[in-house]
Amino acid sequence: MDELLVVEGLRKFFATSRGIVRAVQDVSFAIHPGETFGLVGESGSGKSTVAYMVMGMYRPTGGRILFKGQDITMPHARRPLVLKKELQIVFQDPGSSLNPRRSVREILELPLRVHHLVDRRKLRERVEELLNIVELPPDYAEKYPRALGGGEKQMVAIARALATEPSLLVLDEPTSALDVSIQAKIINTLVRIQKERRLGYLFITHDLSLMRNIAHRVAIMYLGRIMELAPAQVFFERPLHPYTQMLLSSIPVISEEEERLKPAKIVSTGEIPSPVNLPPGCVFHPRCREAREVCRREEPGMREVEVGHLVRCHLYGA
Amino acid sequence: MPDVLLDVQDLVVHFQVYGGYLKVLDGVTLQVRHQERVGLVGETGCGKTTTMKTIMGILPKPPGVVRGGRILFKGRDVLSMRPPELEHLRRSGISMIFQDPTAALNPVFTVGEQLEDAIRYALGKRDHASVREVALSALQNVALPDPPRILESYPVQLSGGMRQRVCIALALACPKELLIADEPGTSLDVTIQDQILRLIHRLAEERKMAVILISHSLGVIREWTERVYVMYAGTIVEEAKTGELFARPLHPYTEALMRCVPKLTGTGIAEGIPGRIPDYFDPPSGCRFHPRCPHRMDICRQRKPQLFPVDRGHRVACFLFGRDSHG
Amino acid sequence: MRRTRIGRWWYKFSRNPLSVVGLIIVVGVVFCAVFAPWVAPYPEHAGPYVNYREANQPPSLAHPFGTDIFGRDVLSRVFFAFRSSLLMGIVVLSIVVPVGVTLGLLAGYFKESWIDILIMRITDIFLSVPPLILALAITSVLKPNLTNAMIAVSVMWWPWYTRLVYGMATSLRNEYFVQSAELIGASKFHILFREILPNCVSTILTKMTLDMGWVILIGAALSFVGLGEQPPKPALGTMVADGAKYLPEYWWISVFPGLAIMLIVLGFNLLGDGIGDLFSLEEA
Repeated sequence: MDELLVVEGLRKFFATSRGIVRAVQDVSFAIHPGETFGLVGESGSGKSTVAYMVMGMYRPTGGRILFKGQDITMPHARRPLVLKKELQIVFQDPGSSLNPRRSVREILELPLRVHHLVDRRKLRERVEELLNIVELPPDYAEKYPRALGGGEKQMVAIARALATEPSLLVLDEPTSALDVSIQAKIINTLVRIQKERRLGYLFITHDLSLMRNIAHRVAIMYLGRIMELAPAQVFFERPLHPYTQMLLSSIPVISEEEERLKPAKIVSTGEIPSPVNLPPGCVFHPRCREAREVCRREEPGMREVEVGHLVRCHLYGA
Repeated sequence: MPDVLLDVQDLVVHFQVYGGYLKVLDGVTLQVRHQERVGLVGETGCGKTTTMKTIMGILPKPPGVVRGGRILFKGRDVLSMRPPELEHLRRSGISMIFQDPTAALNPVFTVGEQLEDAIRYALGKRDHASVREVALSALQNVALPDPPRILESYPVQLSGGMRQRVCIALALACPKELLIADEPGTSLDVTIQDQILRLIHRLAEERKMAVILISHSLGVIREWTERVYVMYAGTIVEEAKTGELFARPLHPYTEALMRCVPKLTGTGIAEGIPGRIPDYFDPPSGCRFHPRCPHRMDICRQRKPQLFPVDRGHRVACFLFGRDSHG
Repeated sequence: MRRTRIGRWWYKFSRNPLSVVGLIIVVGVVFCAVFAPWVAPYPEHAGPYVNYREANQPPSLAHPFGTDIFGRDVLSRVFFAFRSSLLMGIVVLSIVVPVGVTLGLLAGYFKESWIDILIMRITDIFLSVPPLILALAITSVLKPNLTNAMIAVSVMWWPWYTRLVYGMATSLRNEYFVQSAELIGASKFHILFREILPNCVSTILTKMTLDMGWVILIGAALSFVGLGEQPPKPALGTMVADGAKYLPEYWWISVFPGLAIMLIVLGFNLLGDGIGDLFSLEEA
């Protein structure tokens, strides 16, 4: 199989003064070249933690991460330089992912220098090429981040991530802080680049409508676990897990057509529980209107209900 | 025709900077009637917050300077109010809740201390017992569980959603006629944001309050407002009843914006709008949107369009839909 | 009106008129120090010069600050004294800043490692000794002269920069742009000096400007007790000490050098405020 990234049984616990935070529990999925795998969920779901483990920013407490068949379940500092070229990340807040005291040129030259990708004379040219890929004019190289708008900063962050010609890009809420017209431009650019280079994307967002238009397969997380995983169309048209249905029913949409696609409105009550005090049994049961006796006692496992469609819910006999 | 509560007429606001002025607001005109829920939609930098701050009288005066226009609240011009009148305005007229509830609450005081402070100021009550009673009922009104515990808590101990509710309680400690909600719940999860918007809606009904809901999310505007203003680069470009705007967006900017919103139908996202938001230091002549507009004509460069009426309550600031008296 | 980079800086700086006052004072002091042989009315009075007939003259047109017990023009000596004051400030900071900042960067970035513990405990030890006592102790062990005074002040001053940068480095290392650099595989040297340090420069520069005034003051305190620049070379602290015996009769011998010290410290303080404003990231 030509999987780019395989994640098996990934776990991450943090020891804090208030107890053990089980941020991620039993997460498994795979990403293929040219595919966008979407990870969606509310705050505290653990989606960013998964991304950080893939990048090596956190050390997993359990489970394995395989990249092109190689085991890379190790902290970032231990990874070979060659591997650092292959996986890159784009963070959520463009304001803090670019050093305000460095020019765009210096920011883009860094990965080129570190990995000795071009010799000195060609540096200037290559920086221009990178700016071109994200459709920014070459004179932006001399600018500093504060002169750029949020969307432009994010474009620079993307150009920087592409500088090392990676095979997999992790995108952690790349457009959440941006206006919708700027988001549109960035998403279109990302899709174009993916097609041109057969890149794999691990795309994280809480915006379900956005996910619908960019992901090939989607997984929804709640309190550290994947609750449902399916190809995008199936996920949105036939959601099985009550949590998926609840989220889908509360997204604001702008047309009647879309309203009809949403499941019937499920009003969410109460707060999202803290990952320190996890409910027993199925972690979603306190907010689930389908909760039964077994849900309070036993945690359901992942079950493949149809090809490529997995659910973690007692309703489906897990 | 119901009375107009707030009438902003042709508001022009500049900011003084090195070498000149940022001509941020270029003639903003909008109205809110009693008990109406009005939406203001626009992207970052379009001047929504500047407009609201000027309405509330909290625009920092240097560098901000009001160059023209009037803001009539119940017939009185806010711009010519003295500090005592402005205080009265904020005490019982208009209140505002901000986007980031964490930044709006003082981290070193408990919720109780901040709330009781606001109540003492707003209602002029002195004795501890009645102030506490009002505080407890204010927290109950925003559906916070266990109000006595919340009063003892510090903001950092509460979740984002609860903090936003506390901010709402603070804003409405005393009855107000108009609530300005600036991107409420934007920094929170979508289910929590939904709860917050629902709460605002209920309170507006119960207290017969008008609401200006500011958001860059078209979906939120569509669900929670009756009438909408679309703002671009310091001007209102379109005004309509909410249903009408989404069924028939007329201004090229509004249209482009709607096409950029990702749809649940999965039909893809438009390419975005070419160009950038204008440099307020040296804004485009005539219609501020013309450099980015696919339908621009010569006149768009030369003159600024007024809001031309197209239908009942539907007005568009675009020469495609009308000519002014010179045209 | 053309908007230039310098113009923008001046706009930010001059928002507060006091900063401009500070700049004028500092430029004035530097000018007098550098061009002392030409602007001082009696440059030879700065060396060994004696003229008892002119001794103890009150301020007049010929001698705006009066003359001292040896008949030397106080104004000229003050100008020349500026030289040792400024020299002390410059030399001390040139040593203290590179050392203190580098240690702070290392300790802050490698927080909770042995590097952090070692550096910060040593810093704590130095900071626990009252500064003036330390300076006095060192200079009294070594021969009293300007060089040793500079060494003494340097030894007690570096920890402040380490502390300052330590705090900044510990929070900056968690910023996304630093993590990005790490994820790209940049060397530790690059991260410390090209990513973190540039974000500390504005605070460091502001502190350096303020420190010029304080180092000069400590230097004057040392020379007041005879541990700095030795006579007959003029130093502000020494001049105050010499004239102290003759207060209040020949008040000008102490008072004008004292006012000069005050002016220098004031000037650098006001300028330091302005430098802080200049670096604020808000757009003009």
